[in-house]
Amino acid sequence: MTLQTMTYLIVGATFALYIGIAIWARAGTTKDFYVAGGGVHPISNGMATAADWMSAASFISMAGLIAFMGYGGSVFLMGWTGGYVLLAMLLAPYLRKFGKFTVPEFIGDRYYSRTARIVAVICLIVASITYVIGQMKGIGVAFSRFLEVDYDLGLSIGMGIVFIYAVMGGMKGITYTQIAQYCVLILAYTIPAIFISLNLTGNPIPQLGLGSTMAGSETFLLDKLDRMVTDLGFDQYTTNARISLLNMFMYTLSLMIGTAGLPHVIIRFFTVPKVKDARSSAGWALVFIAILYTTAPAVAAMARLNLMETMEPAEGQYLVYDERPRWFEKWEATGLLDVTDKNDDGRIRYSADPELNELTKVDNDIMVLANPEIAKLPNWVIALVAAGGLAAALSTAAGLLLAISSAISHDLLKGVFMPQITERQELLASRVAMAGAIVLAGYLGFNPPDFAAGTVALAFGLAASSIFPVLMMGIFSQRMNKEGAIAGMISGLGVTLLYVFQHKGIMFIPGTEYLGGMSENWFFGIEPNAFGAVGAIVNFAVAFAVSRITAAPPEHIQHLVEEIRVPIGAGTATGH
Amino acid sequence: MSDRREYWRRNLRLVAVCMVIWFIVSYLFGIILVEPLNNIRIGGYKLGFWFAQQGSIYTFVVLIFFYARRMNKLDREFGVQEEE
Repeated sequence: MTLQTMTYLIVGATFALYIGIAIWARAGTTKDFYVAGGGVHPISNGMATAADWMSAASFISMAGLIAFMGYGGSVFLMGWTGGYVLLAMLLAPYLRKFGKFTVPEFIGDRYYSRTARIVAVICLIVASITYVIGQMKGIGVAFSRFLEVDYDLGLSIGMGIVFIYAVMGGMKGITYTQIAQYCVLILAYTIPAIFISLNLTGNPIPQLGLGSTMAGSETFLLDKLDRMVTDLGFDQYTTNARISLLNMFMYTLSLMIGTAGLPHVIIRFFTVPKVKDARSSAGWALVFIAILYTTAPAVAAMARLNLMETMEPAEGQYLVYDERPRWFEKWEATGLLDVTDKNDDGRIRYSADPELNELTKVDNDIMVLANPEIAKLPNWVIALVAAGGLAAALSTAAGLLLAISSAISHDLLKGVFMPQITERQELLASRVAMAGAIVLAGYLGFNPPDFAAGTVALAFGLAASSIFPVLMMGIFSQRMNKEGAIAGMISGLGVTLLYVFQHKGIMFIPGTEYLGGMSENWFFGIEPNAFGAVGAIVNFAVAFAVSRITAAPPEHIQHLVEEIRVPIGAGTATGH
Repeated sequence: MSDRREYWRRNLRLVAVCMVIWFIVSYLFGIILVEPLNNIRIGGYKLGFWFAQQGSIYTFVVLIFFYARRMNKLDREFGVQEEE
């Protein structure tokens, strides 16, 4: 069977499964729609959270980034997992006890303020939309590459499928579909990794293979990799820090706080039956995430090694261009891989020296997708990787769209503008809002703004500098009042936006960056992507100062905070 | 009410212990002390590199389950667990 037929078959079968589940688990009430009726087992919820969280960025891009960054890539590994520790201990159980549907609803009630709720809705929508655009683009690229249709058609098919299962099913449909998607994506990630680890080291467990010796040799894989990259003139793989250790520290902290502040992740903990389930559910989510995240560094190092061996099969013998492998040719056609034979010897040399280097472009994103082909694995594995990448992108898109639609229908319409609407009308409004969000995200996917990469930093910066600190202070400080919370959100957000914009352009429009993107102007050498942590610190400090010079929150709010802190009397999630 | 205050104090102490471990395995071992730790090796891994790309993640998982178990015990001790 050809690769093409195999891909249609596997991708088609997984999609039929997702849609079948969505129809079977159709939501009947707003509670089903927003929090799946509050009845999802913690292990199932953990699996769904893992699929929700791991997007195309985790599945497709991360290992490729680490392959070229080496040790510096650790910021993603620690940053995107350590946030769950913060969630489990500082937020999830208390927000579950509070028992409402959305993040802005908590902020509005805890800070007895509509203004606070609206500011939170704005932060949530901006953070989620910027994140969705990236997913839509990933869906478009993956469909067009593997089904060999053009990008616009690929994106349209993807939008249609997201529409069917997210709009029909709501949280209930999404939860069960995401469990299926987790299974697909984790198999698609680990199977090729096991094969490759076995080939290179003889050890089938990639996490152990990375620390083992090369098959039939006494040399450790990482030592060999270090030697090969330094021979080519790159920094040593296992020690090259990203810019500086201080920058890595702040980058990791931003990603951790951002993870714990992203609304589509937080609302997953409203769907479990009990407060104690919210604690363990965060642990299960991290177990399922860790399977991929501890495999990724092995995939990264092995892909880099395989790439270098392809480029230089024997000492000083560079790849003959006319004898290049088929995967090489296929990725050249996409423009994501490019060569220039500078000395016209018919051979392609890979080197850190820009004068000598003839492998002029290797996009990070092709490493995971091309990996099974580089390792010459069977067609069904390659087709499975395509299905896995799509599962990752679709599950995250659906979770984000749900967070957006609930913020609009529940927080803005029901909470602020039209409090008298019925449950049926609210459900309809949230479906309309979701359809609208899909169309908007799709439109931005058809016309990808140049700032797509920059906005991901903004999404994390926003979540870290605005949402996380007010949630945490709302639980841990009885004295925190609405003045402090609002001032904190606005100043944290303001500082982060100012820093990102001054180095990346106002609203990312090139040419408007008033301090330049250059690193000499960075505050203590911290890159804009890592600045969310500073924004969060500013938020905490301003909120603290302002709350001490203004009136304490009313009595009933102080009681509310005391009640949130104990599990007893939690009941199920309600919206009323 | 003073019981609840004691419950909250015990919770905060537990959270503080967990956060210290969280900090040590990632920020301290994985970033701040990475260079000296890299002189120690386990198999092919340099220790600092291992903490940054493997060890910190395993510790996070254990830490959350440890916290969840201790809190469930604490809930029962103070009689603030949810109704079955």
